[in-house]
Amino acid sequence: MTVPLSYYVALSAVVFLTGLLGVLVRRNVIIILLSVELMLNATNINFVAFSQAFHNIAGQVFVFFALTVAAAEVAVGLAIIIALHRAKSTINVDEFQMLKW
Amino acid sequence: MEQVFFFYFALVIAASSVLVVAMRNPIYSALSLLIMFFHVAGLYVSLHAEFLAAVQVIVYAGAILVLYLFVVMLLNLKQDDRYHRQWPVAAVIGTVLVIESIVLTLLNGGSAPAVRIEQESAAAGLGNTEALGDVLYSTYLFPFEVASLILLVAMIGAIILAKKDLGGRHA
Repeated sequence: MTVPLSYYVALSAVVFLTGLLGVLVRRNVIIILLSVELMLNATNINFVAFSQAFHNIAGQVFVFFALTVAAAEVAVGLAIIIALHRAKSTINVDEFQMLKW
Repeated sequence: MEQVFFFYFALVIAASSVLVVAMRNPIYSALSLLIMFFHVAGLYVSLHAEFLAAVQVIVYAGAILVLYLFVVMLLNLKQDDRYHRQWPVAAVIGTVLVIESIVLTLLNGGSAPAVRIEQESAAAGLGNTEALGDVLYSTYLFPFEVASLILLVAMIGAIILAKKDLGGRHA
């Protein structure tokens, strides 16, 4: 194991920030969901790297749970996107202001 | 040798995640996310987490990404995805966070590998899958059951949300 732990943390930070930037700047709802997936993967990389570094399998178990939550999030998120597209026939986030008072 | 693999995987992961955000066409974004998922799985293999690598390929690349591509092609999107109006704010915040994380990583980078070396002797006698299953079905049994409940709720929620007559939209 010759790769330092900080390299993994740096890679995870880069991927997470890319996802955060995607959520902030893009207006397509599907791209926003894809960016959320990027952020979840960044945290998973961190979990696995630390699990390997400390020889504790619990980190990999938590990646397992994060994966479950990601699958649930995708199912519900895409259902919401389909419902929104049916209501407004667009998936541009600027068009969705129903909750704004 | 491991460093070569790590830098290859890290480079491709970073580049393809940038492509996910930068591409105009959602299908290209989803496909570069596929490349990223495969390389994250390769990174897991190099970290001796073989079971998670397999699950990553099966669940993320096999199920989640197919779902994304299905929805993208179902909705037949027009090219109306310009960037958000507030993107300068996001760029400033992102740049600040990148600089901060680089500085923090460089400041604390020297102390991290020491931890790794002093704990190197801890034995990992079992294989990865056996060890993971052992912990998952004993220590984390209750979170495991809660995860199944989350999947059930997500399934019901997705079916209800995507039904034809969404309540309150009778027009």
